[in-house]
Amino acid sequence: MARDDVKTGYKYVGTRPNRPDGLDKVTGRARYGADFSLPGMLHAAVVRSPHAHARIVRIDASKALALEGVKAVVTRADLPTGLTGEDLNLQDNTLAGDRALYDGHAVAAVAATSPLLAQDAARLIEVEYEVLPHVTDVDAAIAPDAPVIRPGVADYSVPEGMHGNVARYMEFGHGDVEAGFAAADVVREHTYRTEATHQGYIEPHAAVGQLGEDGRGEMWVCTQGHWYIRRMCSAVLGIEAANLRVTPSEIGGGFGGKTTIFMEPLTLALSKKAGGRPVKLVMSRSEVLRATGPTASASMDVKIGMKRDGTITAGQVYFRMQGGAFPGMSPIGEALPCAFACYDIPALKHEGIEIITNRPKAAAYRAPGSPMAAFAVESMIDELCRELGLDPIEVRLKNGARNGSKSSYGPVYDVIGLQETLEAAKAHPNYSIPLGPNQGRGVASGFWFNHGGETSVSLAIGEDGTATVSIGTPDIGGSRASIGLMVAETLGIPYEDVRVNVVETGALGVNEPTHGSRATFASGKAAVIAAEAAIREMCKRAAAEWGIDADAVEWKDGAAHPAGPNAGKFPPMTIGEIGAKMGSTGGPISGHHEVTAGGYGASFGTHVVDVEVDPETGRTTVLRYLVVQDAGTAIHPAYVEGQYQGGAAQGIGWALNEEYIYGPDGRLQNPVFLDYRIPVASDLPMIDTVIVEVPNPGHPYGVRGVGETGITPPLPAIASAIAGATGARIRSLPCSPPKVLAAIKALKKG
Amino acid sequence: MSRIHVTATVNGDPVEFLADPRETLLDALRNHLDLTGTKEGCGTGDCGACSVTVDGTLVCSCLMLAAEANGKRVETIEGMARDGLHPLQRKFIEHAALQCGFCTPGILVAAKALLERNPDPSETEIRYWLAGNLCRCTGYDKIIRAVQDAAAEMRQDHRGAA
Repeated sequence: MARDDVKTGYKYVGTRPNRPDGLDKVTGRARYGADFSLPGMLHAAVVRSPHAHARIVRIDASKALALEGVKAVVTRADLPTGLTGEDLNLQDNTLAGDRALYDGHAVAAVAATSPLLAQDAARLIEVEYEVLPHVTDVDAAIAPDAPVIRPGVADYSVPEGMHGNVARYMEFGHGDVEAGFAAADVVREHTYRTEATHQGYIEPHAAVGQLGEDGRGEMWVCTQGHWYIRRMCSAVLGIEAANLRVTPSEIGGGFGGKTTIFMEPLTLALSKKAGGRPVKLVMSRSEVLRATGPTASASMDVKIGMKRDGTITAGQVYFRMQGGAFPGMSPIGEALPCAFACYDIPALKHEGIEIITNRPKAAAYRAPGSPMAAFAVESMIDELCRELGLDPIEVRLKNGARNGSKSSYGPVYDVIGLQETLEAAKAHPNYSIPLGPNQGRGVASGFWFNHGGETSVSLAIGEDGTATVSIGTPDIGGSRASIGLMVAETLGIPYEDVRVNVVETGALGVNEPTHGSRATFASGKAAVIAAEAAIREMCKRAAAEWGIDADAVEWKDGAAHPAGPNAGKFPPMTIGEIGAKMGSTGGPISGHHEVTAGGYGASFGTHVVDVEVDPETGRTTVLRYLVVQDAGTAIHPAYVEGQYQGGAAQGIGWALNEEYIYGPDGRLQNPVFLDYRIPVASDLPMIDTVIVEVPNPGHPYGVRGVGETGITPPLPAIASAIAGATGARIRSLPCSPPKVLAAIKALKKG
Repeated sequence: MSRIHVTATVNGDPVEFLADPRETLLDALRNHLDLTGTKEGCGTGDCGACSVTVDGTLVCSCLMLAAEANGKRVETIEGMARDGLHPLQRKFIEHAALQCGFCTPGILVAAKALLERNPDPSETEIRYWLAGNLCRCTGYDKIIRAVQDAAAEMRQDHRGAA
């Protein structure tokens, strides 16, 4: 599987050492967003709309401000005007303007000397609302009688005649789909639906912000990307980026939901109004569920044609996705390209629309758009396989994308590992375990683009020959360990001699967040290039001391060696020896690299799940679960497995339990973990993993991002396993017990 | 609102503080005693991130009023490592049983309470004991394995000592 030109036989890469932040995280010492405090700090609370859609008639904060210890109140009137585009959307979401657009939309914020006092004060802020008609369902929002929530929201792409809640239209494809359907033996067409889910990180959003009269400020915040926080807060508040220094805390999970701002600017606005005193704001769980995240809900028409031998002749999709009350937030632009990305099909047509509803502003959630698209397309392919009596892995092997295939969305794939994941899944014992009564097996593949993005890393050699690496991508799941391993491998020094720090915005050039499965890929790649720059400098220092040409020095095993005609003339000079005297040989030795990283290789995976469905209750139990995914090269295999297992668990939750439930009043009915039920330990079996390694030629160690693809296949794989167990096909997630039971009963009647 | 004077023992140390009657034990640990290792994930007793023991009983500290801790013996994550790390702490690092680490303190405290009453739990017993501790990152697989491995090591040590 490995390419000839990719290095193998590593000393550190591929090992499983302890992560450097492990000790802090098992002793309670690690500092997360809410753990940070400053002298003189105030505490904030937010007033939120109880209505899905309402005009804000009047806000009266006089009673709150009269309370002893209340220091500041901010409303939209305190924020600058004249913003446009996404900056205006961010400001509108931070604090409502003339209208509250969803249940939980922030309307005002207050700072006081204690958290309880701030909450008391928030209750005393009087807001008069004029309730307006609302709509929260993606299909209902484009019905003829649906209220138009944001008139004029449509961009240039929307054809005339569409409903006023349509914000964006997309269309692309290739080949002749009608000819393709005509050539098929079976053509089927169905509509599939997925509900909105939340990223569900256990750490609520938290920030401490401080902003002085002079417009200079600081922030400590849990985030996936502190440069994004800086840019967005600066835009919303009208301050200069350089005047806001943002330090990331440890982060208690993000999954895409912490790549943007929600309440962070409020800490700064309150601080400025309170004379520059620092302000801490920590969201409650209900605030997190009502007003952050979530992902989009989707309604998707799929039509696929297949020959009796399993050849897919054509595919067509029309996706409707809502991303809340703000344009640009539904992942329609990702969902459509992901829909058929696993396949090489001669004729495809993709269409989709983004719809505005009275729901919170959606945020990215692990492979945004891909799980919904996979639910629709992979479910349909499974339906065709069952109808034609074909093996789902064989059909995927036959139609699946390979090296050099032109992807469904345009680009040609370089070196990819989909076929290898299918072969490994087919060979795994889980695929041939006999099934009992009421049990079924589901198979699905998944895709994510992966991402490179803006990256800036620096590395400094210490006087003792150790290395300090400064990165700008917060470590959510072990990336300090994986980057440390790659730097150790490159420098030829022990892993323990490399310390990787996530540093603040003042310490590096701009970095995109830890998103798109890019941290180990992009920060790792930049760190390796920075280490190579330091190696060149260390070779130069050794050459100067030896009086030979720098080109005649080679670096191996953490030391400079004379090479070529000079080989053996001088004893090797170690990194410790070079570091000890660098002050007198030319000064500090460091390396740095800044790039918008390319060369990220596409990610593919295949999952196999067995379920048992209780015919009396409709409850689904996951019996065994297998994740097979291409990692390129697994730098720290334990954390690669962790990404596979965690992604699968989130996908299982989405498939079986999780959903945003809105009442007829437009209010979220399940904004607590008791009712928004994510998988608990007793819901899941062990999650088996196979790491396929098809090295990515775009990375010095062959890395592909591994974070996102794993959430994609569980949605269709579980629905297909339920179909296998019961004969009933669930085309609308979640596959909750009442829904499955009703489907079984309908089957018996039918 | 008048404050309540509370004295208690936390991780073996005597402590005292003035609590607002509405404050939870979690608020007191984090805000009055600077013990921020205990986390708030939900505030409604659903996620277990705030797990501590009070007089040996495992509780969600977000569901107990600070005033109720008066005269009690409270153990938090900060008190778990005594002579070096507890085997559970060590095994969590070795097994990569944490990703973001936010749920980890609560899970460690809960798992320690399990192993004190049942030194040889089955996988199912571990899964049901920890069902009140939400983890969104790991899918629980490596957490369960780390608890099993720590339990095996503790049983071995116990036999060795006996």
